[in-house]
Amino acid sequence: MRATNFLVIIAVLFSFTVMADAGTLEDVKARGKLNCIVSSGLAGFASPDGKGGWQGFDVDFCRAVAAAVLGSGDKVNFVPSTNRTRFAQLNAGEGDILFRNTTETLSRDADLKLTFLPINYYDGQGFLIRRSLGVTSATQLAGASVCVQVGTTTELNLADYFRFNKMKYEHLNTGTNAESIIMYESRRCDVYTTDASALASTRAALKNPSEHMILPEIISKEPLGGAVRHGDDRWADIGKWVVNALIIAEEMGITQKNVKELAKKPGNNPGMNRFLGTEGSMGEMLGLDKKWAVNAISAVGNYGEIFERHLGPKTPLALERGLNASWKAGGLLYAAPIR
Amino acid sequence: MDWLFLDAAFTGGSRDECSAKAGGACWAVIGERLNLFTYGFYPVAERWRVNLSLVLLIFTLFPILFEKAPYRKYALHIAVAFPFVTAWLLVGGLGLTPVETDQFGGFMLTLVIGITGIGFSLPIGILLALGRQSKLPAIQIFSIGFIEFIRGVPLITLLFVASTMLNYFLPPGVTFDLLLRVLIMVTLFASAYMAEVIRGGLQAIPKGQFEAADSMGLHYWSAMRLIVLPQAIKISIPGIVNTFIGLYKDTTLVIIIGLLDPLGIGRASLADTRWTGLSTEVYLFVAIFFFISCFGMARYSQHLEKKLETDHKR
Repeated sequence: MRATNFLVIIAVLFSFTVMADAGTLEDVKARGKLNCIVSSGLAGFASPDGKGGWQGFDVDFCRAVAAAVLGSGDKVNFVPSTNRTRFAQLNAGEGDILFRNTTETLSRDADLKLTFLPINYYDGQGFLIRRSLGVTSATQLAGASVCVQVGTTTELNLADYFRFNKMKYEHLNTGTNAESIIMYESRRCDVYTTDASALASTRAALKNPSEHMILPEIISKEPLGGAVRHGDDRWADIGKWVVNALIIAEEMGITQKNVKELAKKPGNNPGMNRFLGTEGSMGEMLGLDKKWAVNAISAVGNYGEIFERHLGPKTPLALERGLNASWKAGGLLYAAPIR
Repeated sequence: MDWLFLDAAFTGGSRDECSAKAGGACWAVIGERLNLFTYGFYPVAERWRVNLSLVLLIFTLFPILFEKAPYRKYALHIAVAFPFVTAWLLVGGLGLTPVETDQFGGFMLTLVIGITGIGFSLPIGILLALGRQSKLPAIQIFSIGFIEFIRGVPLITLLFVASTMLNYFLPPGVTFDLLLRVLIMVTLFASAYMAEVIRGGLQAIPKGQFEAADSMGLHYWSAMRLIVLPQAIKISIPGIVNTFIGLYKDTTLVIIIGLLDPLGIGRASLADTRWTGLSTEVYLFVAIFFFISCFGMARYSQHLEKKLETDHKR
């Protein structure tokens, strides 16, 4: 008898929550909030602040998408995820979009049925080690015990690298970056390997950073980007062009400060006019407002500003732009034009 | 001790500011994030609702736990009304601003999951235990099947199913609040264990008691309510509280499905560039919270056992 009651309760709940099955864009607009999957905590990329909000590089990309679609960068629900659960959560519809320092790979694209957005951070895998061990190159790591986070491309690259160089190693699986730091600090492992950006932040947080070094070898390509589910090209387009817009804004010198001013009336640069929605109908083609890019930039600023705010030299992570500089400054960021 | 108190820094805006002041623990991270630890992402303007819920909780528990409370005769009415009032307060609607459940977090989330699980698993567990001993085959098979299935699967698997797999089975477009799914799973899980604890109590009751109840002409429910269950539950108290404590601590598992309980908030806080590396302080703080709650439950259970002691000492 209780079983039937239970079924009745479930049926009632469904009847309240059944929504029309529309595209992701319509769902987001109807909900009035973007559900954005982020890391449950990675220095510089996503972490909760003391006031109940979220901060970080990935978080700002979520806000940019929300601003482009809904007009305000505050209309985001952040859905924290772990390395293991992120793709399941995206595919199960817990989030509309994923920005979680996720490496784009063939198997994730094809087998896990994700559509990747343009790369927003070029990373590579490195090794952190104590100077006192006297190791100066990753090729001398035979027999070392290595801390590595499970469910990441890092774990696979590590196995490949040691197999290729015919070295033995012991691996210690950890769940999060914070867990790895504890293991490394308490000398459970000699080496900690992960993306170089995260290693820099890890090293900065250790008691005596000068006692530790990052080995010169970068053993993999880690192009990090956002992702959406397969099967909704319109929504994937929106994600793609918001990321492109942030990169293009930096090229054009459009910043959080001057964007409102520039967007007031058409100027003499047609490319900038199209970007700002004062000319053409770029926003409408995406199914968005004319001011989509203006809204995104006024919410979070251009790519350079986001980078400076969360990862740049003035933050504890102190990362250089390096590969993540605009192509005009010798980096790899090269976004397709808005026209 | 020096590290904990004497040489510790209690204020500051980052780990660097802490270590500039003192060489010991840096409690400033807890101070700055106390609200986050308590309310999670609950909107600041609405936090009075969480506070009010806590007051209601104390008001509800008091007459249940202590005989001398003045309004004890209404205890049951209050206890039945409590879940509805609190759910309304926390989630909103009907005049209050709605708050989405994915903004719940911290100690508040632990209490919501823990108390829901504890409150609902006891009655469901009792019914399942009685069902398992029932002479009606349908009820007996259902109870045994349910208990054995739930006990055979780890909680973490059930939570994972609740969070992700369920959406694959449901028709597209149907959504079902994540916290509600978690609450149902946690309650069902605890109920199965509770049922077995209470079955142990039931089996310890001498057959004579059942026969005595029958001979007085009591029908099944009266016999159970007046004679068998009071004795069985009294015997089972240590086991019941054990299950409660286990359940309460298991709430930290929700981190794998992306809900941030105090432990999750702590881990996420360690990812803030200003506070990285303070894991000892954060984990210690969370451990103290759990210790106080669990130790409190254990002490109350001992107090209850003493109070209900009717056996003649041998």
